[in-house]
Amino acid sequence: MFPTPVQKSSPAVRISYQAFLPVALILWLLPLIAVMIFSIKPDVDFTSGNYWGWPSSFEGFTNYGLVFFESAMPRYLLNSVMITVPTVIGTVALACMTGFALGVYKFKGNLLIFFMFIAGNFVPFQILMVPVRDLTVDMGLYNTKTGLVLFHIAFQTGFATLFMRNFIRALPFALIEAARVEGVAEWRIFWYVVLPLMKPAIAAMAVLIFTFIWNDYFWAVVLTQGPESQPVTAGITSFNAQYRAAYHLMSAGSIVAALPPVLMFFLMQKHFIAGLTLGAVK
Amino acid sequence: MSISADSDRQPPRGWYKRNEIAITPWLFLAPGALFFVVYVIAPIWQSFGMSLYDWNGLGDIDTNGTYVGLENYNKLFGLNGERADRNFQISLWNNLRWLVLYLLAVPLGLFIALFLNQNVRGIRLYKSLFFFPFVISQVVVGLVFSWFYLPNNGLFTIMTGWFGFEISGGVLGNPNTATYGIIAAGLWPQTAYCMILYLTGLNAVDPEQVEAARLDGAKGRKMLWHVILPQLKPATFIAFVVTIIGALRSFDLVSIMTGGGPFGSTRVLSFYVFEKSLSERGLQYGYAAAVAVVLFLIMLVFISYFLWTMYQDEKEAR
Repeated sequence: MFPTPVQKSSPAVRISYQAFLPVALILWLLPLIAVMIFSIKPDVDFTSGNYWGWPSSFEGFTNYGLVFFESAMPRYLLNSVMITVPTVIGTVALACMTGFALGVYKFKGNLLIFFMFIAGNFVPFQILMVPVRDLTVDMGLYNTKTGLVLFHIAFQTGFATLFMRNFIRALPFALIEAARVEGVAEWRIFWYVVLPLMKPAIAAMAVLIFTFIWNDYFWAVVLTQGPESQPVTAGITSFNAQYRAAYHLMSAGSIVAALPPVLMFFLMQKHFIAGLTLGAVK
Repeated sequence: MSISADSDRQPPRGWYKRNEIAITPWLFLAPGALFFVVYVIAPIWQSFGMSLYDWNGLGDIDTNGTYVGLENYNKLFGLNGERADRNFQISLWNNLRWLVLYLLAVPLGLFIALFLNQNVRGIRLYKSLFFFPFVISQVVVGLVFSWFYLPNNGLFTIMTGWFGFEISGGVLGNPNTATYGIIAAGLWPQTAYCMILYLTGLNAVDPEQVEAARLDGAKGRKMLWHVILPQLKPATFIAFVVTIIGALRSFDLVSIMTGGGPFGSTRVLSFYVFEKSLSERGLQYGYAAAVAVVLFLIMLVFISYFLWTMYQDEKEAR
């Protein structure tokens, strides 16, 4: 193990390491801790200039209550869910199929198509912006959740294909050959042999794409406007405009908006990291 | 219908059955590839085409736009007697700043990963909490950091005040510091990402090699450089890929924290494209497309390099 485990070092080193860990963590998460404290502060703290000190009274319930019952926040949250969940399902479905095609079969153009998916996944969003917006308008889907979902599915398929294809590549090919010798139809091999083995990959993709789409801001601004279809990331900025300098409400709103991906990460940590660190180990 | 019953029925085999292995991959590819071509590949070409037009975005580009050839590019770069676009130059320079400074996330991430790569109680929780910033939306990160930078009341402003520094207008209000303030905010989640890549990499480092090197008297920086880092090469590669792409994609933070200001000093190419087309100040779609093409070509240099590296790996794997 590198660096040398602290257990093998002198007690002084060991104790100072253990003591420094929480300090480092607090420093690292200071911005987050700040919003949490902001979100339970009363309004007067900001007008009186007590930004970073202790809250003069606990107003957590008032602030979060306002966010949940008297703002458009629940609407935006619901929109986010209705955008994110179909995107995750659609992307995973498409990418399982493309990944299967590219990972199992040898045919001309296989690598070329694979690289097209990877390259497309890296392009700057702005070169797609106007054409995608026009396309969405032409289909009558501008300012709808469906319009946003369709684009997200298409774009995320690039990254998900890369992941799925490499995952399928690493499966024992003998399984597929054995099924073929038995005369099993190809689509049945996909459904009964490969798909059950892909569960970890599907879980990893699902959490990752959930987080990416939940946190998307750019496409939400480009393809939607207003509370009837905008997700929470875009909603929070209109919140910003509505409650200018109402830091306590902005903080409470931000925390609510950030919570779902955070929960997702904690519940599915292993899969999340497996997806994110794809290729970091050979 | 059981599988064996299916295979017993050998002849007569239809055309599909005979060509099953050749056709199946295309059937499986079709839906995903179709989506991808319509929404990603085709728009790239459309943007290239659009960049040759003068178009205000209303109606159809063929009827309402005017074909101007490379005129938009001439305006951007100041060729052919045009005055070079100052805002474009600012954006380009800022993108360069982003690229160089954002890459600090890689060594910083490695540093934190090395710090956390221990086996003490609760370390797993520490690792996931350190990763936290990456999970949160950039919108929230941008908001929080802009509060840190507030003039007069921002924590950063107060803290620099202790050392006698004063940035007039606050970090984000001052054209000389605003971009750096935004990049610092971006480094926070990006460092977390690089950290998790390196933690995974460190987990897979061959302990025997480390022990052998230790017996040979290697330690500290020497060990890191000659034994550990070579084994972390795949993690480093991915850290570079995601950081470079992230730097060139920076949009959310700029949009949230400064909206390109003050005086347009924090514009980056991605933001400038948006500004020139979809914002109220915009409606120059052809011109914006030309900026997008430039950004795309810059990215293409990196994308080609990544693909080439991956191609080498693929060849080896075969």
